[in-house]
Amino acid sequence: MEILPDIASLINSTLRISTPLIFAAMAGLFAERSGVIDFGLEGKMLAAAFVAAVGSYYFGSPWLGLILAIIACVSLSMLHGFASVTHKGDQVVSCVAINILMIGLTTALAAAWFGQAGLTPTLTDEQRFLEITLPFTDVLRDVPVVGIIYSDILSGHYIFVYLAYLCVPIVFWIVFKTSFGLRLRAVGENPSAVDTAGINVFTMRYKALMINGVLIAFAGAHLSTAVNANFFREMSAGRGYLALAALIFGKWHPKTALIACLLFGFTDALQIRLQGVELPAIGTIPVQLIQAIPYVLTVVLLAGFVGKAIAPNAIGQPYVKER
Amino acid sequence: MVAAVDKSRVPWWVSNLIVPLVNLILALLVSALFIFIAGENPVQAVKLIIYGSFGYLDGFAYTLYYTTNFVFTGLAFAVAFHCRLFNIGGEGQAYIGGLGVFLVAINVSFLPVPIVWLLAIAGAFIFGAAWAFIPAYLQAKRGSHVVITTIMFNFIASSLMVFLLVDVIRDMKQMGPHTVALPKEIWFPTFKEFAALFGVKIRYSPLNVSFLLAIAASFFVWFLVWKTKWGYEMRAVGHNMQAAIYAGISPYKNIIIAMCISGGLAGLLGINEILGVHHKIVAGFPAGYGFTGIAVALMGRNHPIGIFPAAFLFGILYQGGSEVTFDMPNITRYMFVAVQGVIILFSGALENLFRPQIESFFVNKLNMKREI
Amino acid sequence: MVSPILELKDINKSFGHVQANKNINLKINKGTIHGIIGENGAGKSTLMSIVYGLYQADSGSISISGKEIKLRSPRDSIESGIGMVHQHFMLVENFTVLENIVLGFEGEFVFGQKLKKAKEDLKNLCDTYKLNIDLDSVISDLSVGFRQRVEILKSLYRGAEIFILDEPTGVLTPQEVDELFKILRSLKEEGKTIVLITHKLNEIMDLTSEVSVMRQGEVVGHTKTTDTDKEKLAEMMVGRSVLLRLNKSEAKLGDVMFKVKNLSVKDDLDVTRVKNVNFEIRSGEILGLAGVTGNGQTELLEALSGIRKVESGEIYLNDEKISDKDNLLDPRELKEKGLAHVPEDRQRMGLVTDFKAYENLIFGYHDQEPYSKSSILRDGDILSFSRKVMEEYDVRPISPQLITSNFSGGNQQKIILSRELNENPKILLVGQPTRGVDIGAIEFIHQRLIDMRDKGAAILLVSVELDEVLSLSDRILVMFDGNIVGERVNKDVTDRDLGLLMAGVA
Repeated sequence: MEILPDIASLINSTLRISTPLIFAAMAGLFAERSGVIDFGLEGKMLAAAFVAAVGSYYFGSPWLGLILAIIACVSLSMLHGFASVTHKGDQVVSCVAINILMIGLTTALAAAWFGQAGLTPTLTDEQRFLEITLPFTDVLRDVPVVGIIYSDILSGHYIFVYLAYLCVPIVFWIVFKTSFGLRLRAVGENPSAVDTAGINVFTMRYKALMINGVLIAFAGAHLSTAVNANFFREMSAGRGYLALAALIFGKWHPKTALIACLLFGFTDALQIRLQGVELPAIGTIPVQLIQAIPYVLTVVLLAGFVGKAIAPNAIGQPYVKER
Repeated sequence: MVAAVDKSRVPWWVSNLIVPLVNLILALLVSALFIFIAGENPVQAVKLIIYGSFGYLDGFAYTLYYTTNFVFTGLAFAVAFHCRLFNIGGEGQAYIGGLGVFLVAINVSFLPVPIVWLLAIAGAFIFGAAWAFIPAYLQAKRGSHVVITTIMFNFIASSLMVFLLVDVIRDMKQMGPHTVALPKEIWFPTFKEFAALFGVKIRYSPLNVSFLLAIAASFFVWFLVWKTKWGYEMRAVGHNMQAAIYAGISPYKNIIIAMCISGGLAGLLGINEILGVHHKIVAGFPAGYGFTGIAVALMGRNHPIGIFPAAFLFGILYQGGSEVTFDMPNITRYMFVAVQGVIILFSGALENLFRPQIESFFVNKLNMKREI
Repeated sequence: MVSPILELKDINKSFGHVQANKNINLKINKGTIHGIIGENGAGKSTLMSIVYGLYQADSGSISISGKEIKLRSPRDSIESGIGMVHQHFMLVENFTVLENIVLGFEGEFVFGQKLKKAKEDLKNLCDTYKLNIDLDSVISDLSVGFRQRVEILKSLYRGAEIFILDEPTGVLTPQEVDELFKILRSLKEEGKTIVLITHKLNEIMDLTSEVSVMRQGEVVGHTKTTDTDKEKLAEMMVGRSVLLRLNKSEAKLGDVMFKVKNLSVKDDLDVTRVKNVNFEIRSGEILGLAGVTGNGQTELLEALSGIRKVESGEIYLNDEKISDKDNLLDPRELKEKGLAHVPEDRQRMGLVTDFKAYENLIFGYHDQEPYSKSSILRDGDILSFSRKVMEEYDVRPISPQLITSNFSGGNQQKIILSRELNENPKILLVGQPTRGVDIGAIEFIHQRLIDMRDKGAAILLVSVELDEVLSLSDRILVMFDGNIVGERVNKDVTDRDLGLLMAGVA
């Protein structure tokens, strides 16, 4: 009976680890469905983590930190829009710029304001988000099956975890059941059709990028004001890219992207579990190699993905009126 | 809105010198703002940068040493970019290239020194190219975007190298994650030795013969991209893949060639760092040079003639920057990573921000002159 | 007097240094079909884009029923009762008909009642005008003719009173054109106004009651259609008298140069687009391939030129097998054997528009002497060659160092032709040689093709312009749904006859 709690804790950490990936993938979905490439999820996630941690520290409230993180990420999304939508600059270059800028700036400012190591001060419990214990956890704990599912898997997560899983059906609903979603999908497929229908292509793309900024801010705040109690250098550790890979693998669809995020989350959870564990026949796998598993998986998934045609048709192309 | 100008009437020096220069100035102004936000005086920082990179011979040699690295990684990014591939995996390719240098050099060190060097250069190039090959293959065959795969390969390279340095090729007599040193005979001649010939004494300088290799690599890239049919084909694939197929040029082949040459050039960073400076593999030796190459290439408009001065500028920023971090406690080297980001933004993504205004300004000026 | 439903006064518009519209004055009366005719690049589409609010005029005014209006965006135009059917349809391919039509006019944030109502309204409109469209079908499953009807339905739904149609017949069979004209006439009966933009004189004569002629950005004439004829209109369009039929001698047929046997070809989505096709071309002959766009011509051309793999069957050049299921000579090897290919879409395939002109003039031949030796390009030889052919083919301006995208469409086409014809190919595959090219250049290009034929080349001409196929070819094949559905000798064929074949009904 040793195995059951093990599995429960593995699922529990999968749910937690997938959270920033889900927010990032949904953020990417809005940008890319509107026809704007977003490799900049990584940089924006870092920015959000930094701003949320600093904001919470100064103002004493993680909610204020979150709001500031949203402002920061929306600004960065607007910058991306200004470069690639308004000025028709290269979208990938713009993203790479944002990523490198944020790797540098967050650490540089953390160092300048809080000392050399590039960490922000540890947040107190009032300054950060805490785990939420769902009601009746204790009562239900001893009920077989339900107890484990409710008390050990579903309960005890940070608010962001619940929000992330709530976010996916909402995104689905917006994208496929509303007029905004219809316009969003249209602008990524055929911007000329949208323009001639009397809708401003640029405004649509900016709106999509704004939502993108809000969602990615949640991913960053989750990292620095919930699971960790401070910001540290490059703490996003490639999650922005992983999320984008999940989005591509999920064919720009919220449901399948969610599954891909969970797969990444599970691999990461497993990877953490495997560190230092002696496996039968193989022995202990060196920790550096285990840590590389999610990255290898990303490459494998991307390589296994077939069908470029599914990407939004106009992705990466700045809108120029035909003459 | 400024009306578009007739491109054929814009003089080359306006689009290729004035516009990039304006973009650079904008980027530096924004960077100054960051330094101000970090609580330091930007003017003072500029003074320190200039003193640190030009003020004394040791410093200037350091500037050229950094320049060497940036030329390699800048050329690497540029070659792939001509085929419209975003190779942001220079970091990992340089790391693995370093492994190539070390493995080749240590195993053939009994051979005559110039041959060891040539083989080591080949090793650097081939290992770097090999690390770029898988993302290249996946892009060509499966359409997996190189931006994601090369970034992943950076992470994987880093894990792999730390693993090797800890468990496999570590100098077992030492605690630190690095290998044994290469035999002294095969180390690259340094600037210090060169200066000593003229009676100039220098305490220490990492600048070495690799600088000449960087110049040679620049010529190689220029010749390859603009003077050979391979470069012509790469550019054709980059600009219009459909047309390339029509003309019987294989995108598949050219994507792989461009990425491998790109990875190989990034691998040459290992020559400078290992044969020239450390003489062994040290964990994390690429230290962000691979990423800086992106900014260098975009600023240099992907042409060796532009890349060399851009690399020099970044050399100044790095060397001068270390002077700044020494004197200004609030500034760390990460500030200069941020500066790179700003430069990529203004010379890459926002390169057309003021281009129409600047071009039409000069075209009108020149027209007026003509009419008089 | 009743004021015209649409009146343009002194409209000017320039793009950079190019003036697309100069002092345009135009009156369009309610309930008429008004033709606007002019060559490619005469400024017709720009003018209509201004009326549709896609561009803003630099100066001038627009009035609807005597009231001056400001058109800042397509939205303003739609609300003023203007609808437009663009040359390239403005439809989202993976959306349904319904989704495409309500786009921008959903009337509700969450889809529900309004969408239901829209569906009913649309069904009624379909019945009134006999459009026969299934609202739930996905655009990519519809034929070109139906897509065009969706565009018309879209404008109807938005309450358009004025319908602008930009070159609506370019992609249709003659029978589909008849259907379209029926719909347009019934719109007119209902009191709608129609503006028909075209460069085809027949359509003007068939359909319109008034016509305005544009040339080089200006309106050069207005007339009632009954007061004019094709020759007069053509002269106004071009500014000089033109020959509407080419003079060409009888073909002197030689040996069979090119043979296609039981050829089948699949497209990128694994759909068989060319089905068991057989034909041969003799030296000294132009074989025309007619057909509506998308019936397999593109894939056939790509297979013949070595770009696309063959699914089954064989291709022979001079009795030598050049392609079958297992082997495929690539375009470069085919060039060496004397096969040249002018692709259908020059911007997408024939040129690298970011390259300099001289780089495009050797494109595909760049690894041959004298352009390169031991893989090194020889700039001097390339440049002197470039200057020579640019002069010979009247490419303007003669500046080999200029970036190709700065040349006009006609001159870009001449760059391709000079490159492909220069080597005196034995076999020439030509796709849409005069698409988007002005009349002067068309005459030049047609003459060159006939000269090539008379020199003994075997030419395959693929074109959606029936006039072009009829005036150039010695023999005509018609392609429908991947099959060759008919073969005719040019002397005894009419466009009606071809049209039936193209529609797959004969």
